Amino acid sequence: MPITKSDVEKIAQLAHLELTEEEKEQFTVQLAAIVAYVEKLNELDTTDVPPMAHAGRDERADYAQRDDIVSEGLGQDLALRNAPDPARGYFRVPKVIEEG
Amino acid sequence: MEIVGLTVDRLHEALRARATSVREVCARTLERIEALNGRLGAFLTINRDEALQRAEDLDRELARGDWRPLMGVPVAIKDNICTRGLRTTCASKILHNFVPPYNATAVERLLEAGAIIIGKTNCDEFAMGSSNENSAFGIVRNPWDAERVPGGSSGGSGAAVAADLCVVALGSDTGGSVRLPAAFCGVVGLKPTYGRVSRYGLVAYGSSLDQIGPITKTVADAARVLQVIAGRDPRDSTSSNHPVPDYLAALNGEINGVRLGVPREYFGPGLDEEVKEAVWRAIHRFADLGAEIVEVRLPHTEYAIACYYIIATAEASSNLARYDGVRYGYRAEGARTLREMYRRTRHEGFGAEVKRRIMLGTYVLSAGYYDAYYLKALKVRALIERDFREAFARCDLIVGPTSPTVAFRLGEKMADPLAMYLSDVYTIMANLAAIPAISIPVGLSREGLPIGLQLHARPFEEAMLLRVAHAYERAFPFSQKPPL
Repeated sequence: MPITKSDVEKIAQLAHLELTEEEKEQFTVQLAAIVAYVEKLNELDTTDVPPMAHAGRDERADYAQRDDIVSEGLGQDLALRNAPDPARGYFRVPKVIEEG
Repeated sequence: MEIVGLTVDRLHEALRARATSVREVCARTLERIEALNGRLGAFLTINRDEALQRAEDLDRELARGDWRPLMGVPVAIKDNICTRGLRTTCASKILHNFVPPYNATAVERLLEAGAIIIGKTNCDEFAMGSSNENSAFGIVRNPWDAERVPGGSSGGSGAAVAADLCVVALGSDTGGSVRLPAAFCGVVGLKPTYGRVSRYGLVAYGSSLDQIGPITKTVADAARVLQVIAGRDPRDSTSSNHPVPDYLAALNGEINGVRLGVPREYFGPGLDEEVKEAVWRAIHRFADLGAEIVEVRLPHTEYAIACYYIIATAEASSNLARYDGVRYGYRAEGARTLREMYRRTRHEGFGAEVKRRIMLGTYVLSAGYYDAYYLKALKVRALIERDFREAFARCDLIVGPTSPTVAFRLGEKMADPLAMYLSDVYTIMANLAAIPAISIPVGLSREGLPIGLQLHARPFEEAMLLRVAHAYERAFPFSQKPPL
């Protein structure tokens, strides 16, 4: 299925990406070429093939969950240290509720 | 103390003989970085003061008679691996000021083993690329030819090891990002089995494919680094508790009777003649050393790139959703609403290739396309894994080229993303099948550019991989150095 500019706009919206007009034009062409290429997979009949859901699951290994023991987290101070706009122990962000 | 060609073995010999100090080696290395980094662009951050301080501490330990496995070894760390208190940018504007509050487990283990973090190396933004041209902070030049790429995405680590700006380096490998720069820069690069090394603190790109691996000057050094970083980590639930053998003890030169599988699919159209010749010459040398050469098939090789670019981008689109300007990194100024802030932050913070992969990944996961692309790719991935299982029934290791060409020219593939993706044709297979693979240098092209040979092993058989690679290296050492 060919990718159109309106597909690109829709995908960008889903991915929370703003794109310039130039990027939209460029991505439409490039993504169309890549998607056409990956459709090569349709040459293969995979009807009875189970998907590889786990990467390199080692049958001999034990992936048991760790014990539920309380441990120290980062703490508020360290967790906020890289924040662009921390305020009184919180992450401050622009208005969440949009009008209209 | 000469630091050109310095390996862990030689450094340790000199330290034990008291012919040098950790501080001297550290200072010499920093001098060399300062002299050459302007030309090469290998490092994004140099950890000068802390490295020298630590070197002095380690010298005091040595004076007390203490010893550690990587005592005093200057290590370069790819800038997508978290280092506590030391800026970690992923070569992206969106993390330009990020200072991790914790160490990656691999880094923590290197430090416990006595290594010194000399600096953070340049890479493709979020490890997405095959040439290191996607870094937000500048390209890396190949030490062998300044007009060529070092390979990606761990290009800074590859160039730093080749140019002796460190003794060993860590890279990360999602589709060949350790092995391709190793091949292009004439050094050794190892991608361990998925789950062999903890991914805790490795900034996530394609979580089912990512592994941290060493880039080194010798196979023995790769074994030493793997020994330290391998093993179960409670902080990474996908890390395996499969026992970690003694990798160094495995390097006994024994290669007799090892069955080396040659897949005909790795020698088809697109493979450069000179690379083909060099790899075949090496295969004959393996035979001379006592290996048995058998032909094997990996029939789904031609589908690997398509399969990979669906799975890797799908995982990336999900992993990179966290960069939203709220908790860390770059935030766009002046947005009036939260949604606008997200969109503009990501627009301004990500480079073109990262956006392209987020877009592709979002597309293949979106309603109506999931089954056609993502689920289909997971099934093809299962076929590729089965190819390897069947091939490994007939042989112990699989041998072939690391890359279809030697290092290409800067700018050559930037206009055509698909052509760039095709550079990874032979390396991607190991990530999809979750098996270990190593690239070793086996010669130079007529233009004087390194050629890499790749060996693959069964899951968790790094010891055999290292043993056979080391036997080759010992018999046919690659001793050329880049003209710097």
